[in-house]
Amino acid sequence: MTSSLGSEIPSKSLLEAFDLRHSFVEGDLTTEVLSGVSLKVEPGEITAVVGPSGCGKSTLLYLLGLLDRPDQGNIFLRGKEVSGCDDKTRTTLRNQEIGFIFQFHFLIKELSALENVALPLRKAGNSILESRKKAQASLTKLGLGDKSHRFANKLSGGEQQRVAIARAIVNSPSIVLADEPTGNLDSENSNKVFNLLSKLATDENLSILLVTHNNELAMKCNRVIEMRDGVITNSL
Amino acid sequence: MAIVRLIVNRLSLELAFRYVLGRRRAMAMSLLGITFGIAFFVVTQAQTSGFEAFFIRTILGTNGAIKVSDRFQDMDGTVSRTDQDGRTRFSFRSREESRYTEGIETPHLLRKALSQFNGITGISEILEGNAILDGGSRSYAISFHGIRTNDHISVSDLGNQIIIGDLSSFESDKMSVLIGSRIAQRLMISQGDRVTLKGGTGNIQLRVAGMFESGVSQIDKNRIYLHLAKAREFKGERFSGSIFQVGIQNPNVAPQIAAQMQETLGHRVVSWQEREKVWLDVFKALRVSSAITVSSILLLSGLGIFNVFAIMVIEKTRDIAILRSMGFSGSDASSVFLWQGIIVLIFGIIAGTLLGILATFTISQIPLRIRGIFSTDSFVVNWDITHYFWAILIATIFVSIASWIPARRAGKIEPAKIIRETL
Repeated sequence: MTSSLGSEIPSKSLLEAFDLRHSFVEGDLTTEVLSGVSLKVEPGEITAVVGPSGCGKSTLLYLLGLLDRPDQGNIFLRGKEVSGCDDKTRTTLRNQEIGFIFQFHFLIKELSALENVALPLRKAGNSILESRKKAQASLTKLGLGDKSHRFANKLSGGEQQRVAIARAIVNSPSIVLADEPTGNLDSENSNKVFNLLSKLATDENLSILLVTHNNELAMKCNRVIEMRDGVITNSL
Repeated sequence: MAIVRLIVNRLSLELAFRYVLGRRRAMAMSLLGITFGIAFFVVTQAQTSGFEAFFIRTILGTNGAIKVSDRFQDMDGTVSRTDQDGRTRFSFRSREESRYTEGIETPHLLRKALSQFNGITGISEILEGNAILDGGSRSYAISFHGIRTNDHISVSDLGNQIIIGDLSSFESDKMSVLIGSRIAQRLMISQGDRVTLKGGTGNIQLRVAGMFESGVSQIDKNRIYLHLAKAREFKGERFSGSIFQVGIQNPNVAPQIAAQMQETLGHRVVSWQEREKVWLDVFKALRVSSAITVSSILLLSGLGIFNVFAIMVIEKTRDIAILRSMGFSGSDASSVFLWQGIIVLIFGIIAGTLLGILATFTISQIPLRIRGIFSTDSFVVNWDITHYFWAILIATIFVSIASWIPARRAGKIEPAKIIRETL
């Protein structure tokens, strides 16, 4: 895996991005959504990214999560350049280093909660038994130990999102990228989910990059990055 | 390599299985299409090839694999060519220009020459002729075949074609005759009756030793067998014969052996394939036609599967994007859909094969009286593994194409784009 990674920089940060630029092309129309974004994410830190709709928050998240490639700029994970590496390496990194949480739970409805959570472990090469054991532990940690055999559509919205969190953290990633994880929940469940993420960051030294519209939630984070029109306007 | 990756990708198989179970109705319809496609293919091939095989057995058992008849003088000659591999091949000019001499003048020499060929299982000298058979109250025009019993049973199935009487009684009585079943019906004669053969050098009285039924109505209503010596006496030809019927180990190579014999012996030699070409072509056309017709069922099933999978890929784009986000590669996503095709195909093959076997057996029990080019009282089926092989191969090709196209599309889904559009 290391052999296919790009250049290295001396860095203590978990994740660093330099001058990221990205545009969408639709016919003759090219829209630049990121116009030179640079940021750092430190281990165990919860960073909130806030800004109006269409300012490029989610695009930034997908670039950092190696789901998309920047037009220009570099991304370093533990000091190693990853934005330019091949698909196989990016796929492995997504499995082992990065966890995703989205606004909607995006659980596979044909699988139980336990099977959904076990998927990243199975993909990583763990045995069925081992994967199930770890998935069950992850669900128990999130208070869903007794509902692990329920199918996704038999869980409440808050429970579904907690299953999605369990799935994101089950493979012990270095960073979790959360795209409005509480956007679809009521305030009570939003607080529950945030508190869970906060606890995970503290207990497991997990870095969390959180895109949110919820300023109250953002203020609880270690750091807040404000974005507007594809650039970072403020970093607190 | 891609196939190996697919096979070892157990997680994709498990996901595929869940997706198949999640769309039971659509998958069941696809499964039924493959099942019925395979079963119908097998059944129609079993029937058409069954009748063909039965016809071949009948005509081989009656007229033999090769017939040697008139001597001819080829005015243009034949052309033999020795290839680099040392094999000699023969090509013949049209027989239209040849000069024929009727019958076989020196049968003992020809028999000796025929016995030198490889793969010969028997040689029967036959003297053919036409006569009137008088049963007492009625007369009937027939074709007589003078044979030596032991020789003839080595090149035909006459022993098994006797339906009344037996060969030993015919063999022991040189003044006896075997009569085609339809002739016996028309003349209303029974075993042991006396009949008179008229029209030769003089009338001869014969005892009916038995009746035979070849299954070919033209033979059963036209042919009688008597001893060769008696036939010669009747025809006034002391030594000559009119044809030789030759049995060979592998009837499939009869055309090649016939060509060699003709080149070597200077007699007209006809293989059973040449002799029955018209009927064999009819059977072939029927077999190919039914295969094409039934393959369309498999094609439609393939289109159905394509439709189901194409819709499923659209429905599951979000799942695919999420799987990609947690470390599944594009080929993993493709293999989920390929596995679905394989699952449906495997179950379709198993169900289709079982249904094909059951339907073929059931059809073979259906009463069906046919009297014509062959004789049967029930549907004739041919149990041949190649029918199953071809049915499975056609189904596999259609299902592979039907699953591969949507699977390829699934593998190309860009996760970020899908997630962005879903939110």
